Amino acid sequence: MVGSTSLSGPLPDPAGDAGWSGAATQPRKGFFTDTSVCIGCKACEVACKEWNAVPEDGLNLLGSSYDNTGALGASTWRHVAFIEQPRQLGHQDPGLAGLPVGPSFSDTANAAGDVALSGDRSQLGTDTTKVSLGTPTVGLPGASDPGQARTDFRWLMSSDVCKHCTHAACLDVCPTGSLFRTEFGTVVVQDEICNGCGYCVPACPYGVIDRRVGDKHATKNVGIAQKCTLCYDRLGAGMTPACAQACPTQSIQFGDVEELRERAATRLATLQGNGIPEARLYGHDPDDGVGGAGAMFLLLDEPEVYGLPPDPVVTTQDLPDMWKKAAMAALTLLAGAAAVFAGGR
Amino acid sequence: MAECHPVGFQWVMEAKARGAKVIHVDPRFTRTSAVADMHVPLRAGSDIAFLGGIVNYILNTDKYFREYVVNYTNGPTILREDFQDTDDLDGVFSGYDAETGTYDTESWGYDGVADLAAAGSRKPAHGGGESEQSQESRAAGHEFGGHGAAIDNAHPRRDDSMQDPRCVFQVLKRHYARYTPEMVQEVCGVPAAQFLEVCEAVTANSGRERTTCWVYSVGWTHHSVGVQYIRGSAIIQLLLGNMGRPGGGILALRGHASIQGSTDIPTLFNLLPGYLPMPSVGGGADHNTLDDYIETVASKTQKGFWTEARSYMVSLLKSYFGEAATPENDFAFDYLPRISGDHGTYRTVMDMLEDKIDGYFLLGQNPAVGSAHGRMQRLGMAHLKWLVVRDLNMIESATFWKDSPEIATGELTTTDIATEVFFFPAASHVEKSGTFTQTQRMLQWHHKAVEPPGDCRSELQFFHQIGLKMKERLAGSTDPRDRPILDLTWDYTVDEHGDPSAEEVLLEINGVHLTGEKAGQPLTLFTEMKADGSTSGGCWIYSGVFKDGVNQSARRKPGQEQSWVAPEWGWAWPANRRTLYNRASADPQGRPWSERKAYVWWDEEQQKWTGHDVPDFPVDKAPSYRPEEGTPGPAGLAGDDPFIMQADGKGWLYAPAGLLDGPMPAHYEPHESPVSNAFYRQQANPTREVYKRKDNYSNPSADEPGADIYPFVFTTYRLTEHHTAGGMSRWLPYLSELQPEFFCEVSPELARERGLEHLGWATIVTSRTAIEARVLVTDRMSPLRIGGKTIHQVGLPYHWGVGGDALTSGDSANDLFGVTLDPNVHIQESKVASCDIQPGRRPTGPDLLRYVAEYRSRAGVTVETGNQLRTSARPEPVTTIAEEN
Repeated sequence: MVGSTSLSGPLPDPAGDAGWSGAATQPRKGFFTDTSVCIGCKACEVACKEWNAVPEDGLNLLGSSYDNTGALGASTWRHVAFIEQPRQLGHQDPGLAGLPVGPSFSDTANAAGDVALSGDRSQLGTDTTKVSLGTPTVGLPGASDPGQARTDFRWLMSSDVCKHCTHAACLDVCPTGSLFRTEFGTVVVQDEICNGCGYCVPACPYGVIDRRVGDKHATKNVGIAQKCTLCYDRLGAGMTPACAQACPTQSIQFGDVEELRERAATRLATLQGNGIPEARLYGHDPDDGVGGAGAMFLLLDEPEVYGLPPDPVVTTQDLPDMWKKAAMAALTLLAGAAAVFAGGR
Repeated sequence: MAECHPVGFQWVMEAKARGAKVIHVDPRFTRTSAVADMHVPLRAGSDIAFLGGIVNYILNTDKYFREYVVNYTNGPTILREDFQDTDDLDGVFSGYDAETGTYDTESWGYDGVADLAAAGSRKPAHGGGESEQSQESRAAGHEFGGHGAAIDNAHPRRDDSMQDPRCVFQVLKRHYARYTPEMVQEVCGVPAAQFLEVCEAVTANSGRERTTCWVYSVGWTHHSVGVQYIRGSAIIQLLLGNMGRPGGGILALRGHASIQGSTDIPTLFNLLPGYLPMPSVGGGADHNTLDDYIETVASKTQKGFWTEARSYMVSLLKSYFGEAATPENDFAFDYLPRISGDHGTYRTVMDMLEDKIDGYFLLGQNPAVGSAHGRMQRLGMAHLKWLVVRDLNMIESATFWKDSPEIATGELTTTDIATEVFFFPAASHVEKSGTFTQTQRMLQWHHKAVEPPGDCRSELQFFHQIGLKMKERLAGSTDPRDRPILDLTWDYTVDEHGDPSAEEVLLEINGVHLTGEKAGQPLTLFTEMKADGSTSGGCWIYSGVFKDGVNQSARRKPGQEQSWVAPEWGWAWPANRRTLYNRASADPQGRPWSERKAYVWWDEEQQKWTGHDVPDFPVDKAPSYRPEEGTPGPAGLAGDDPFIMQADGKGWLYAPAGLLDGPMPAHYEPHESPVSNAFYRQQANPTREVYKRKDNYSNPSADEPGADIYPFVFTTYRLTEHHTAGGMSRWLPYLSELQPEFFCEVSPELARERGLEHLGWATIVTSRTAIEARVLVTDRMSPLRIGGKTIHQVGLPYHWGVGGDALTSGDSANDLFGVTLDPNVHIQESKVASCDIQPGRRPTGPDLLRYVAEYRSRAGVTVETGNQLRTSARPEPVTTIAEEN
């Protein structure tokens, strides 16, 4: 048994920190998702489900642009978000200039998507109210001021996935040891060990992990917490995770986290040099609230736009402090009790 | 392309990463637009105005590639004196017969040249109705899949200064003079400034140092002027010198895997393998003998490789009938069935309705959903005696007898339908071996990965069994009509599951030497094919795919281990050539146009053509070679005739023969359009095939009374998540959940105008039917300003259909269309029509029929509506002109 693992702050080797050593150690693996080249084909979603035998997650038209998946959950381990925005992308000409167009609809569409998402989806284990974008709503499309033209438009797509945090709260709170840190530095649920307690669900700062709901006879692992394994079985066989393998435009890149961080920085510099100053990285920084993610992203807008928390913090960050305070409280109580007895003498 | 061909789109993304500019012209802002440098929204059905505008820009600004145009195209060729253009005749070309709605194309020819294909078989039919003759002539254009039409001389008169007013170049210039940026704006809705940006980008990226390529998907062909759309981009590419050169060309993205393959080895009624026409009878083209037939394929006096058609045909007959095909019996030419006119899919459905068709095979096709006018398709199938459906799933075309929309409306009653439906579960592509031929004409072998489950079988096994059973039934017959079946070579090795060897079939297609010292050896190229019966070969253009006894299509050498042309990945017809007509990548003297774009060139020292690709030219023919006047065949090609399958060796800016609706594209409005043709009095293609039937009404167009009842334009398309009519996707949970419901896409402006609510329901109505869809209001759709009025477009994905077996079902967008066809290839206009859209769900049951009939009645629709081929003269419009300074 190794000593206590670190719960926050930069950590170069999460696998080693979890006790992996010697021949078993592997360079930390992860994803870099470059959303600027995503074409929204959803091949990642399908490849993931095919390989991992993840069940269908509901046939619901969400009205959230072309996104009918909604959010990550027990039965959705990859999720492609589609964002329609009245904003220009770099030097792109969306072809609206000079056309007889009225006011933008995007906000309404997004809001309607949010409403649709917060409805029946809760029954499906993918209640997304926790990542609702909270975008402002307007009235009936075009109702406000028909004379007002929209000239800018862009359509953003981004494939989201479990972040495989350096400090993974889901793992830290798991009482059964079902969630574990692999030799690749990734975080995996062992479904045969999970007892479905659900502690991990609120622990995740991204709302990724969830318990599967459904008919126990028709669906496997109902009640069990599920999420992306970064294709642990494929990694073991020296293969690329299914989603990255299927991605036709190399939007999803798989590799060593250290190298991916460099690649991400290079790509960011290129895009910013190409007139897209709003490009930014997400999850790449070892100094962030989760010690850096194993799955990092290049985004073209604020993380919230994509349904990502702006400043995620590992929920177990304060555990040592809390335990310390709890211990002090306990000691104080004990001391008080002792004092009572002492005083009563 | 990102929507429908996401895997192929990776190369566009790679090109973009290397600095390529990507321009996307599409009515909708799609996944392609999302990553393009520029999105150009235009009105569906206005593409010829757009393309013609580019042609006009190129000619006006002198930005064409002069040396290329003069030497490699028919730009300098002089046309006949009696040719008249659309500007002379108010929207039609010379030779138009308003009575039959067809052209006598003779006057379109080169000066002093008789054109065979058109003049020979085209005798205008008289009297009412469609005669056998006109049907035959109408089918003619279908047969030019791999080459231009025959013309009776290789050496027409030229003016290399291109100043002669009757030369093609000058005719082209006059024809497109009115296609100005202002007219483009007026007709397409594309602001002139943005249009000019496109023109500048395309021309700046063409020339000696650079090439531009045009990519279209088959939606471009789904128009009553579909062939002319493609011709439009061909003219641009020839003017800019972008054909036969690396990075150039026109890339046709097909709707399924191996659609290219299914025209090469065709599933079309009027083609034999390798674009040999199907023999015919009647209509002035009786192919009684092989000689009769060969004569119509290519003129003996023209240039190029089509003059060898007899070798290709005899080898095909030897491959079909083996020993039974002998010189004495014309190589069993008489065994082949003859066509007597249009037997295309829509004609066939109408024949079903007239009880002329007993049985029907559907193989991986779901016409109840995927074909235009789904209702006609379903009603037609209900007239069949039997129907065989081979598919992965129980598609709507297999269950129409119990759950089609016509059951709901009461037009069909299950117990009254006598059609016996046989459903055969099919093996998927991973459960059988074979080739896919993609748009680059490249064959790629796929290996069987797993055995097909249950009763699923490959097509090969199915047809092999049918052949065996037919032979068994007919065994011992002395009836001559049974000889073709009995003599058919049908000896394939089968594996332990009874599946025939696909490689053996590929070898048969490749062809073998039958006699001589090479007997039994595979052919290395079609040039080895003989007309004396000493070779066999199932498809001449595929000859070489089994070169040296090796399945060349199965080669998979990684790109980084070979040259950038990657000749060792798969195999491309013909002769493993990756770019056709690549002689044009070198200048007339045989030198690369530029170092940057060097591809094939003449090696002076070795006296032969060489380069990165297999040269598409007689390899030892020097650039300076000039044949003797009148030399036919490959020998007739001059050293600077790069277009070796064309009768004159030149790229055709102007088609003197072969097309039935005009030698150059002219803008016509779609068959149904709320807009008047701003270019000509002629509203729509004057030769489009219309069917005046009570089950095929058309909406009024333009300023016809009632046109405002159907004021909007709609277009149909595919989504990445689904495959065509849904047979491969709506039964799969992982795909169905990604796009679970039929929807329509509308702009915020249209939503406001009609009170459509996001995620609410809308009813879309045409004079055929009404369908309902959930509403997506999106900025990706925008209204356009056309001819002074705002035109709204409705977008409809066509993946859904009404049935009980799929995971997701819904109304079918294709039900909204009627049947109106392009005259050249009988392709339906199913990418654009007019409609109305209203909030709420459509009526159900018989009420639906009443609802649609009420619309028709309000619009005054009769069978004549919209079906007038020649638009009558409009009364002079009364206009008030406000003077501007």
